[in-house]
Amino acid sequence: MSVILVFLLVIVGFAGWWLSHQRLMAKPWLEQGVIGDIIGPEGSALPTAKIGLGVFLAVVGCLFALFTSAYFMRMALSDWQALPLPRVLWFNTGVLVLSSIALQCASVAARRGEIDAVRLGLVTAGLTALAFLVGQIVAWRELTADGYLLTANPANSFFYLITGMHGLHILGGLVGLGRTTAGAWNGARPERLRLGVELCAMYWHFLLFVWLAIFALLAGWAATFIEICRQLLT
Amino acid sequence: MVDVTPADAVPPAEVAEMELYHPHSWWTKYVFSQDAKVIAIQYSATATAIGMVALVLSWMMRLQLGFPGTFDFITPEAYYQFITMHGMIMVIYLLTALFLGGFGNYLIPLMVGARDMVFPYVNMLSYWIYLLAVLVLVSSFFAPGGPTGAGWTLYPPQAIMTGTPGGQDWGIILMLVSLILFIIGFTMGGLNYVVTVLQARTRGMTLMRLPLTVWGIFTATVMALLAFPALFVACVMMLFDRALGTSFFMPAIVEMGEQLQHGGGSPILFQHLFWFFGHPEVYIVALPAFGIVSDLISTHARKNIFGYRMMVWAIVGIGALSFVVWAHHMYVSGMHPYFGFFFATTTLIIAVPTAIKVYNWVLTLWRGDIHLTVPMLFALAFIVTFVNGGLTGLFLGNVVVDVPLSDTMFVVAHFHMVMGVAPILVICGAIYHWYPKVTGRMLNEAMGQFHFWVTFLGAYLIFFPMHYIGLMGVPRRYNELTATTVMTESAHDLNAFISIMAFLVGFAQIVFLFNLIWSIRHGREAGGNPWRATTLEWQTSETPPAHGNFGKELPIVYRWAYDYSVPGAKEDFIPQNMPGSFGSSREPA
Repeated sequence: MSVILVFLLVIVGFAGWWLSHQRLMAKPWLEQGVIGDIIGPEGSALPTAKIGLGVFLAVVGCLFALFTSAYFMRMALSDWQALPLPRVLWFNTGVLVLSSIALQCASVAARRGEIDAVRLGLVTAGLTALAFLVGQIVAWRELTADGYLLTANPANSFFYLITGMHGLHILGGLVGLGRTTAGAWNGARPERLRLGVELCAMYWHFLLFVWLAIFALLAGWAATFIEICRQLLT
Repeated sequence: MVDVTPADAVPPAEVAEMELYHPHSWWTKYVFSQDAKVIAIQYSATATAIGMVALVLSWMMRLQLGFPGTFDFITPEAYYQFITMHGMIMVIYLLTALFLGGFGNYLIPLMVGARDMVFPYVNMLSYWIYLLAVLVLVSSFFAPGGPTGAGWTLYPPQAIMTGTPGGQDWGIILMLVSLILFIIGFTMGGLNYVVTVLQARTRGMTLMRLPLTVWGIFTATVMALLAFPALFVACVMMLFDRALGTSFFMPAIVEMGEQLQHGGGSPILFQHLFWFFGHPEVYIVALPAFGIVSDLISTHARKNIFGYRMMVWAIVGIGALSFVVWAHHMYVSGMHPYFGFFFATTTLIIAVPTAIKVYNWVLTLWRGDIHLTVPMLFALAFIVTFVNGGLTGLFLGNVVVDVPLSDTMFVVAHFHMVMGVAPILVICGAIYHWYPKVTGRMLNEAMGQFHFWVTFLGAYLIFFPMHYIGLMGVPRRYNELTATTVMTESAHDLNAFISIMAFLVGFAQIVFLFNLIWSIRHGREAGGNPWRATTLEWQTSETPPAHGNFGKELPIVYRWAYDYSVPGAKEDFIPQNMPGSFGSSREPA
């Protein structure tokens, strides 16, 4: 459970940093008749939707941290046999990086108001993300063809489970991306389009980060890394 | 003293007006509504309905325990199914849904001075997915083999094996699917509650001016968002084990003389995941109760809450601590002694912020102008009950005491006291308190008094004897204990007594439900602010509040939520949105 605890520690650190900016030492009973923070309206200047997505990504991060925790705990048992990773995963990783870059470009273009570049970026991102999903299915088929079936070994089970869960999240992201793309063609208001593109980019970068972490986990590098950390600590 | 902007120089509300969705038809107004208040009522009604099912299930269990061998239809399998469904429904589908989905939806926007939740559409989806989860759960009663009888903790391997009711039938699958749906639905709602508190507070409503109810629900929601994924992971992996034959949790095992295809899995892994959710869940239910009870006590004792800052810090501290105590549910799982020592320590440390809260409630009452209204009675009963349940928690938090007690009725009595009776008392008190705002009418006082006294005294008559039979060694989880050494004559008599009391208390809840329905038409007219309370939900221009909550302009907040009996003020309460300062001792410099 150490992975999830480290993850929570990060969340707690962030929450603590945020709370420390919220005048928790205030004495509200002495402030009667005063209009709160003199500075301005309450809440953050960030768009509400971005904060909402940020909270959601924390939940998604928690989910994958828990899968990772379970992975390590199950891995410690004797029947674990690591499986060879299909080479196509490297290609998939590259495609997902491209997808993220395309959305980043679209987000920059949206800030500049270049609608054609936004459209190009959105479509590229969508197609590359689809290519990633197809690549993942190819990887699954390769593994099953080589006899690494879901139930044969817990390492296999975890591979299908975690990649599947990540794929589902990409699929959900594609729905949002599809709506934003439709908006880019149907003449959505520029500020609304910009927000939509930025939200997609945020989600995509996060899922890319999660994928890289998962890839490291499934390839066994994460275990080596933790082993090194453990040796340094003891 | 703080810097002061004179009240007359205050700029108008600067919170951006949100675009409200305006319903066009009866369906979008009352059924597929995006108004948080309607969603709150939908959540509450659904949770109450499924809660009644759980109540009836508890009666069935008490029939069997009090009068074993009398009722043929309660087979051992049925008994385990009743236990499982009662526990799961009460903890998740009733308490969590009612506190966060019900009270959260109704009170957060009103109390922080917002028009609505920030993502109304997602909020609506949240309810409908919750309803779907409840329907899937209920459907398991009608599935072949009936609902799962694995116990509410659903421990593998037994949860998905042949001997357990529903283990190799539909029961466990429907349960897992229902939980997964619930978590998805809750996450949608939870995002709303958190972001609304963060972003939609009206001008002047700093975090340290929030009523403690909002602090409690807010912190509990953050915890739930981080804890429910653990249950989600556990459910998905168990579903894989059951439906696809993987071995995440399933060890090599022989069933009915046959070697199963599973092998090598770890049931302890499930326990870690389950309790990583399960323990925060206790506080997900308790923190909203803490918050609500603080507001009830302050309002009905006409006195400001004692130690507001400490109360806020304690809520946040409990929330953080509750994530590092989960393994105290696993002392008997054969863990390393140092591991148990660590978790016993964290468990006992959590008593510090909790005790701070109890002291502050008592000190709020001290020399207050206590009005023994029905909500106040429930709030007072909560304090007593929570202290009682907390004290037995000190027993069970210690490894050496827990090990012999762990499998006895003592544990059942403990967690029902602290996690069952205590939050339910708050829910009842809160309903008596806010019902006038929701419907515009007061609940009937006589029925309310009857409901309170029967529930309060009855609950003690149920659970105090249960502690005793637990200490005598009567084990839990058994449907029948006729001829055993622990089941003495007196223990059996106590069991029968408990059962009769359980029926009585259940009956009082039916009176309460009747009161809820009867008072919609026949209750006394309440007016906008019957309790003369300070918080923003009582200052709306209409009661019940219209769509958009506040009239043309959002209120501006000038003070904290607890200006009761301020010396020099004209009335004994000053609403949060009233400008100016009162009293000589606290005149801003």
